Amino acid sequence: MKRLRRHGQESQRERIKQELFQFNKAMEHGFPHQPSALGYSASLQLLAIGTRSGAIKLYGAPGVEFMGLHEENAAVTQVHFLPHQAGLVTLLDDNSLHMWTLRAHKGQSELLEIGRFTLTGPPGASPSVTSVTAVLPHSSGELLLLGTEGGHVFIVEVPGFRELEERNISLDQVANSVPEDYIGRRNLEHVEALQENPVNPDQIVIGYGRGLMVIWDLEKLCATQHIPATQQLESVWWTDDGKYILSSHSDGSYCRWMVGGEDGNEEEEEEEKSDIPYGHFPCKAISKIVQLPTKEGPPFLLFSGGMPRASYGDRHCITVIHSKTHVALDFTSRIIDFFVIKDGPRSAGEPSALVVLVEEELVIIDLQTEGWPVIQTPYLVPLHSSAITCSHHVSAIPLKLWERVIAAGDLQNTHYSKKPWPITGGQNLASDPPQRDLLLTGHEDGTVRFWDASGVCLYPMYKLSTSAVFHTDTDPNDNMNQSTEGEWPPFRKVGCFDPYSDDPRLGIQKIHLCKYSGYLTVAGTAGQILVLELNDEAAEHTIEAKVVDLLQGQEGFRWKGHTRLDVREDPVLFPPGFQPLALVQCQPPAVVTALTLHSEWKLVAFGTSHGFAVYDYQQKNNILIKCTLNPSDQLAMEGPLSRVKSIKKSLRQSFRRIRRSRVSLRKHHVNNAAKLQDANARLEAELAEMELAPVQRKIEARSSDDSFTGLVRTLYFADTFLSDSSHNTPSLWAGTNGGCVFAYMLRLPSVEHRADEPITAQPAKEIQLMHRAPIVGIVVLDGHGAPLPEPLEVAHDLARSPDMHGSHHLLVISEEQFKVFTLPKVSAKMKLKLTAVDGSRVRRAGVAWFGSNRTEDYGESGLMVLTNQGDVHVVSLPGVKLQVHYNCIRREDVSGIASCVFTKHGQGFYLISPSEFERFSLSTRNLVEPHCLVEAPQYSAPSTQHRPHANKASSAQRNARHESEDAEVLQEIQKSLEADQMLFSENNVKSALA
Amino acid sequence: MNKNHRVPSSRSLSAVEVKSKFGAEFRRFSLDRSKPGRFDEFYGLLQHVHRIPNVEMLVCYADVHGDLLPINNDDNYHKAISTASPLLRLFLQRKEEADYTTFGTDSLTRKKNTVLSAVLLRPDTNRKKPPVIISLPKDFRPVSSIIDVDILPETHRRVRLYKHGQEKPLGFYIRDGSSVRVTPQGLEKVPGIFISRMVPGGLAESTGLLAVNDEVLEVNGIEVAGKSLDQVTDMMIANSHNLIITVKPANQRNNVVRSRGGAASGSSGRSSDSGASYYGYTSHSASGAAAPVPSHIIQNFPAGDLESDEDDEDLVIEAGGEAEPIRRAPSNYSMPSVPLYQPHLDLRTTSTLSVNANGTLPASGSSGSLNNALAASTTPSPDRAMQRRNLEEDGTVITL
Repeated sequence: MKRLRRHGQESQRERIKQELFQFNKAMEHGFPHQPSALGYSASLQLLAIGTRSGAIKLYGAPGVEFMGLHEENAAVTQVHFLPHQAGLVTLLDDNSLHMWTLRAHKGQSELLEIGRFTLTGPPGASPSVTSVTAVLPHSSGELLLLGTEGGHVFIVEVPGFRELEERNISLDQVANSVPEDYIGRRNLEHVEALQENPVNPDQIVIGYGRGLMVIWDLEKLCATQHIPATQQLESVWWTDDGKYILSSHSDGSYCRWMVGGEDGNEEEEEEEKSDIPYGHFPCKAISKIVQLPTKEGPPFLLFSGGMPRASYGDRHCITVIHSKTHVALDFTSRIIDFFVIKDGPRSAGEPSALVVLVEEELVIIDLQTEGWPVIQTPYLVPLHSSAITCSHHVSAIPLKLWERVIAAGDLQNTHYSKKPWPITGGQNLASDPPQRDLLLTGHEDGTVRFWDASGVCLYPMYKLSTSAVFHTDTDPNDNMNQSTEGEWPPFRKVGCFDPYSDDPRLGIQKIHLCKYSGYLTVAGTAGQILVLELNDEAAEHTIEAKVVDLLQGQEGFRWKGHTRLDVREDPVLFPPGFQPLALVQCQPPAVVTALTLHSEWKLVAFGTSHGFAVYDYQQKNNILIKCTLNPSDQLAMEGPLSRVKSIKKSLRQSFRRIRRSRVSLRKHHVNNAAKLQDANARLEAELAEMELAPVQRKIEARSSDDSFTGLVRTLYFADTFLSDSSHNTPSLWAGTNGGCVFAYMLRLPSVEHRADEPITAQPAKEIQLMHRAPIVGIVVLDGHGAPLPEPLEVAHDLARSPDMHGSHHLLVISEEQFKVFTLPKVSAKMKLKLTAVDGSRVRRAGVAWFGSNRTEDYGESGLMVLTNQGDVHVVSLPGVKLQVHYNCIRREDVSGIASCVFTKHGQGFYLISPSEFERFSLSTRNLVEPHCLVEAPQYSAPSTQHRPHANKASSAQRNARHESEDAEVLQEIQKSLEADQMLFSENNVKSALA
Repeated sequence: MNKNHRVPSSRSLSAVEVKSKFGAEFRRFSLDRSKPGRFDEFYGLLQHVHRIPNVEMLVCYADVHGDLLPINNDDNYHKAISTASPLLRLFLQRKEEADYTTFGTDSLTRKKNTVLSAVLLRPDTNRKKPPVIISLPKDFRPVSSIIDVDILPETHRRVRLYKHGQEKPLGFYIRDGSSVRVTPQGLEKVPGIFISRMVPGGLAESTGLLAVNDEVLEVNGIEVAGKSLDQVTDMMIANSHNLIITVKPANQRNNVVRSRGGAASGSSGRSSDSGASYYGYTSHSASGAAAPVPSHIIQNFPAGDLESDEDDEDLVIEAGGEAEPIRRAPSNYSMPSVPLYQPHLDLRTTSTLSVNANGTLPASGSSGSLNNALAASTTPSPDRAMQRRNLEEDGTVITL
């Protein structure tokens, strides 16, 4: 009987869990790591980026995003949209072609792979015969032309990849007709480029590596013209009027050729114009050339590369020439590809924007505004323009603060173009985010960036730079962006990717923002803690630094790490935004490892490997300093080994020198990296065969003599019952790496005397956990078992005031256990051992609220936990029971695990590459993911003005047609997806209702 | 070891003549051989006759072979009485001055002059050889034990290391490796975790129960299969206060051979002395057709039993107050801080291959047990041990 009842309770609990928790890797934010290919559909207004890891990402209007992943772990080398269809073809470096389509399903589109194909040559032919080097989707939308390394052009029908053998253009056919006097006729080499005549779809130009270009008629199956260029060919462009062909070459030259009628008409074959734009001295290849007409006036000519080899060979440049204006856009990373967006219906209008994909960012240049300013990207923003060192998420930002941050950010973005974002494909169907969320990232160069993380697009709002407060290593005259007048080529720096930090000590390590008061505190690598206040006006301050000696007379100390940052003594003009209010510098200047702010009490607490302190930023004095250092802990005493440091520093400096001295290293670097990878792969294979030399792990209980036991891991302010159960008092809790918790009672004067009466802190408790594992979190739970609210949260009526009548509990989260103690008398009440059971250790823990997706009013507080195995768990509060767990991050991905942040509503972010955040959700109610629809362009019926209803109907029809036509495989895919989709859309409906 | 009682000689009377020496004083009295009483009564009697009521002392006697042996429990007391022929010679020493070196030296008769005189005349302070101090069995604290012998396959060994309160490091290293298993498909190489190194003088080495290249199968009842080296490391460290490791010893020659049919477990009972089992043999497959062992190893203790109180002893210092350990149940805090294995021992005493401190395997006149103890055990500091001994007597075990 009893058992039955318990069983009933368990199943009910299981149901509640299902209503509360659900794991989703919703989407990725940021810029794709290692992009390798770019594609654009003018008709769909969609941009596609392929990556070296085989991912394909599509972007349209802000909020319209799709992602697909090839099963093969091979780099995407080319992406081509099919004309007039919502489909695209990708070529991987394993020579396979893949067909993707955007299929509408239940009112939204999804990206599906619907076919794959690999060219097969005649038996016995060398693989080079079928190795694809150029792809041309024919404007009919039915043919795909594939140029190969062997010099042949294969023609296949799409979709379905049916080879049309009779129409293939073999090398022999072409070679026979090559004029006798062409010097390279014996070996035309591979097909470098394929282009279609924009005005005559039957004509294509085949460009061979050796330089020869042949205009081929697809109907007559014969060559109509030969263009005998003699330099190695890099790219071919057929002008919009069909009259000229531009070719670019490996020696940095480009040529313009008139397209004539019949072969043999001697004059018309001649190259009309040949030029080496950055001439005289040897130049690098022009890898791509584009010419676009304008209605009035001269055309735009754009090309990448072509720089003088010796002096600017390391620059990554795109040259734009229009009339008298000539600019060499100088990017900070390698150019992958570029294209130009044209205005107007059917994209027949003026060139409006240049879109450039470089290795580390996407840059869009407004070509219609004077000075060609950059358009700010609403997505694909390089998070890593300086390496991310930490992140902090703040949920549900009050509108007031939100608007002030945006206003401050707008003043920083005046150099951007006012033009709207030019890529507008698809419809964003996602409902407006329920709340305003802010993600703050700290960077190596001392900046803090504010991102709008409420919705699908991670949009940059504001950038705070802390370096203005300090003197840094950089020489003010040593500005890399300096542009000298009359310089040739006429360089202009574009892009924001700049991984070179001025001074590693500026790096931001911890951030804490109070969303109600607008106070922000950031702490850095050299023990600096800044308290900042949001000010809407520019203001000039002199910053006085307060030095805090955390050693407190500890003897035998020798700090070998970096020195403190030098503070500027003269007043500094700070722009509107967050402006420094107070600066504290720890002595020794070790990296700050814990930081918290209590805006109601106006206190900031911080800790390093030596101890912790509390600073009163109203009265600007220290009220508590505690040294936690174990006197025998030499490692913590000495700090990071200075020799390594100096090597790193000198390396960094020499890199900067190299960059400045315009000597190519980067290309070199890339090659080396590729070689290294190869070598590594080979080594790995060899190692796998050999018996691995064993790695040993020492089994030993933790002891008080371990290194870094005094390192402060977590700090927590709480208003709770520290000494007796009838009076609650403000308190500070600190947890160390050695499993020790310190509790201090804070005595705050009344509000009217806050400015003059001193605040005192008295030690109240010290808890040494027996297992001595590092403490990663401390939370006080109120009488209902709910975590205490944030400071000012109750004052702003945004949280229920905590239950102060029932007994409070202290939850101590160590790397190994979750343990609940009673308060004020500390005695163990409950615990959950994690490591002893499954061998994983807690890396991150955060309190979150999980709302039920079934009933509006039900929800629970839970603890989100990330382990070193990459698993996320939800632990119930206050019962500390494991609720659910999911594998989230690969356990080998150490930097991903280290970068994880949780939100207060059951979501999380972690870095999947230096430039991308993965967003995941454990909550059924809070899920942010793209929700969008892309309609295939109406090609045959030019009346494109549809009502939404009509649109839906037609898409349904199209669906029906597709399904009957396409392979059964699709149905299977869809079936499996449908289940997910149902769940998903249900959730969406619910969240929309919420 | 057995209770191989000697038949008292015919000339022995019903009374035993006792000659007791404390310091320079002798007392003579007699005891009834048939009704010797209990040891504590006897101890009280000695204190009484010597008029030293409050002196803690060590009681020794000379047995028939002339060995000097301790009397400290009912069993060895009875043994001493029953073998007295007829005179029982007792030597009393103050506990704090006790000299343990002379026990079991087998030389009381042969080197009468030296050894006995060493006992009789107070031991010299400037002795050349540093004294090796051996505690009495009741003074021992457990350092390790073999447990669950009855339910584990013979090829496996479950070892418990008592780290608690010891200064001594656990002292071993583990590594990744691979072991060969026999499956229906043939030999299969599977990854495993192995002991790679022992720290000399560490707890693991001193027990003699673990050795380099032993494969680790479980940590505190949780299988390590499928877990990474780091995970297993963390599990062991998290359990370091009370670590129970199930290993497959690399050397299968020292396995416990049980009488066949006696054990109820599903083990095949196959002798593990065979060379075949030395390498790549595991019970999972090799036990063969007769009695297939379930793929998971049965354990004799519910997982909850592993929850010992030991790590609830977090130290809390209240402001201005004394440090005190946190206890979960302050009311009936009678159990010691040393982790016990009570439930299991109560149920199956036979499964524990050990000398039990309350004398189920008595040390009657056998110098062997003491010698073994000398060899295998490392004595904790007697002070600490003394504080705890009352708590330990009923449950904990000492390994041979």
